[in-house]
Amino acid sequence: MIDYSFIVDFLFMWIRVATPILLASLGAILCEKSGVVNLGLDGIMLISALFGVLGSAYGGNLIWGVIAGVGSALIISGIFAYFHLVLKANAVLCGTAVNTIASGLTVFALQLATGEKGSSSSLKSYTFPTVNIPFIKDIPILGDILSGHNLITYIAFLMVIVIWIFMYKTPLGLRMRAVGENPNAASSVGQNVIKIRFLAILLCGVLVGFGGMYLSMGYLSMFTRDMVAGRGFIALAACAMGQATPVGVLISSMVFAFFDGLSNILQLLQIPSEFVQMLPYVATIFGLTVYSIQKIRLQKKKSKEIQQNVIE
Amino acid sequence: MDSNKRIRLIVDITKLIITILVSCGLVTLIVLVTSSDPVNAFSSFFLGPFTSVRRIGNIVEAASPLMFTALAVIMIFSAGQFSMISEGAFFIGTLGAMMIATSVPLPAGIHPIVAILVAGAMGAAVALIPAVLKMKWQVSEVVTSLMLNYVVQFFAIYMVSYHFREISSSSLASIEFKDTSILPVIIRGTRIHLGIVLGVILCIITYFLLYRTTFGMKLRTVGNNAKFAHYSGIKVTGIMVISQVIAGALAGMGGGAEILGMYNRFKWTTSPGYGWSGIVVALLARDNPLMVPLAALFMGYLNVGANIMARNSDVSSEVVQIIQGVMILMIAAEALLKKWKQKMIVKAAKSEAGMKGDVIND
Repeated sequence: MIDYSFIVDFLFMWIRVATPILLASLGAILCEKSGVVNLGLDGIMLISALFGVLGSAYGGNLIWGVIAGVGSALIISGIFAYFHLVLKANAVLCGTAVNTIASGLTVFALQLATGEKGSSSSLKSYTFPTVNIPFIKDIPILGDILSGHNLITYIAFLMVIVIWIFMYKTPLGLRMRAVGENPNAASSVGQNVIKIRFLAILLCGVLVGFGGMYLSMGYLSMFTRDMVAGRGFIALAACAMGQATPVGVLISSMVFAFFDGLSNILQLLQIPSEFVQMLPYVATIFGLTVYSIQKIRLQKKKSKEIQQNVIE
Repeated sequence: MDSNKRIRLIVDITKLIITILVSCGLVTLIVLVTSSDPVNAFSSFFLGPFTSVRRIGNIVEAASPLMFTALAVIMIFSAGQFSMISEGAFFIGTLGAMMIATSVPLPAGIHPIVAILVAGAMGAAVALIPAVLKMKWQVSEVVTSLMLNYVVQFFAIYMVSYHFREISSSSLASIEFKDTSILPVIIRGTRIHLGIVLGVILCIITYFLLYRTTFGMKLRTVGNNAKFAHYSGIKVTGIMVISQVIAGALAGMGGGAEILGMYNRFKWTTSPGYGWSGIVVALLARDNPLMVPLAALFMGYLNVGANIMARNSDVSSEVVQIIQGVMILMIAAEALLKKWKQKMIVKAAKSEAGMKGDVIND
């Protein structure tokens, strides 16, 4: 009986911790596919996490939180996009700049609003509601795992489908892929490369912003300093490992989230907590490496096959 | 050719001035909007660092670790790589130096040298990981180095709290370093320590390595155009790995020098972020190691100013991070002033052509 509830709890938490990584890596798909490396995901998440809390606390309801959270994500993404695309600054440096600004700005704004530098616990902020899905919630085990999650969690998983349709079934998605695949070819047929990439970065910002807001308005009910803790980078790794396809990203996000969840559970055991906290980051390095090795093997195999075909 | 060089210099300097002005303007704006006593905040920030010898010393002390990490960043970026490992290499360096300083008995002169060398070796070892993963399997060094920074942070904290912890202390702190390991203070009335001399020497060595040796030439060629370097017979991946290892060693030594010069125990609970500031310093120095001390002093000045402002007024010191981010954006923006530069080059070329034309006509 104990084992059963333990497993259910773990699966439930797995979905919970996967949400922010999934949302951010879905956002990363848009950037990656249109040919932009957005290293600023971490910072964008952090900023929207704080401003979501501040917006809902001062606006007095959730709507203002969402407006502030998404708005701040759009502004900082816009700055990233302007400097990278228009002023031709290196993407890695732009991303680093965004992350640096974010970690300073959030603490600065937090202190301004609450007088503290650690967390927003003194503010009365709102969270996204949890949703009980009718019918499913009544199924024994499955209902305990799948129902009763935060609204954002369901939106995140829904977004896998939405992004898939957007990327592969809409003209704008096609344009983004074309611009990413070969910017010169796309621009030769009249596509404005900068405009489309700008749009991709902004849309990515919205998704990532929701990922950030989930952390402070769902996963926890307040903002704490540096609460994103590298999830943006992990999401970037998940995007690379999922080959920037929605389903691939879903799988790799779940893989990385598994270790995140595992570290939550292992904290109860007698292992030094530092090793447990290391786990998601080690898993990401390991996962990326294994993936890269596989990819190279596949390429070698393919090129061999082609060679053989030519010989035959 | 000469006039092109001159134009590039003029544009670079103008851009630097604009960057610094925009940063100062931003501070002004933030202070005006948020502070209830802006005059006090301003004077604390801009003039505060110069009000006493001790504070001027603080500027130099704050600049010291940034020189090492900036040199590391320059080494990595010059080879066209984007490993962010200088943060982790610095932190593992502090750990390495701490281990030697607390547990290995050595005579006074040799102790800090050994500790800093071990720190450098550990930094190099950490930097080797993303470099090798990239070389062997093309794993993005950006992501692996960022992840590794977290791993290093937790590992260092683990080592301190489980193996080197001062039991009697309520907060996390290591046992005290042996007296023989401490880097001596070189200017009385301040805490400016011998580490800063090491930093300056390393700046000069790095400059010679990058700009006066064949290795440096190869490294910069790889950074400018890896394909060209490959076709001209340079072992590209080898150079990339070596550059990152040297960078790791530089940052690691910085960690060692910092902890032995400024502290007598290991007290950090999170990675201190010198690696990130090092990026700003490297960019400010325009990838020139000889300019690094100056850029580091400027950054140190901003840090000290922000701390004084935070103590004397209601504006918190995180302002500096915002400014640093804006600086990275401004300096990285290659298209900034590009039109102006183009115009100047065209003008110079025209006047040169005109002069030649005259000669021919004569």
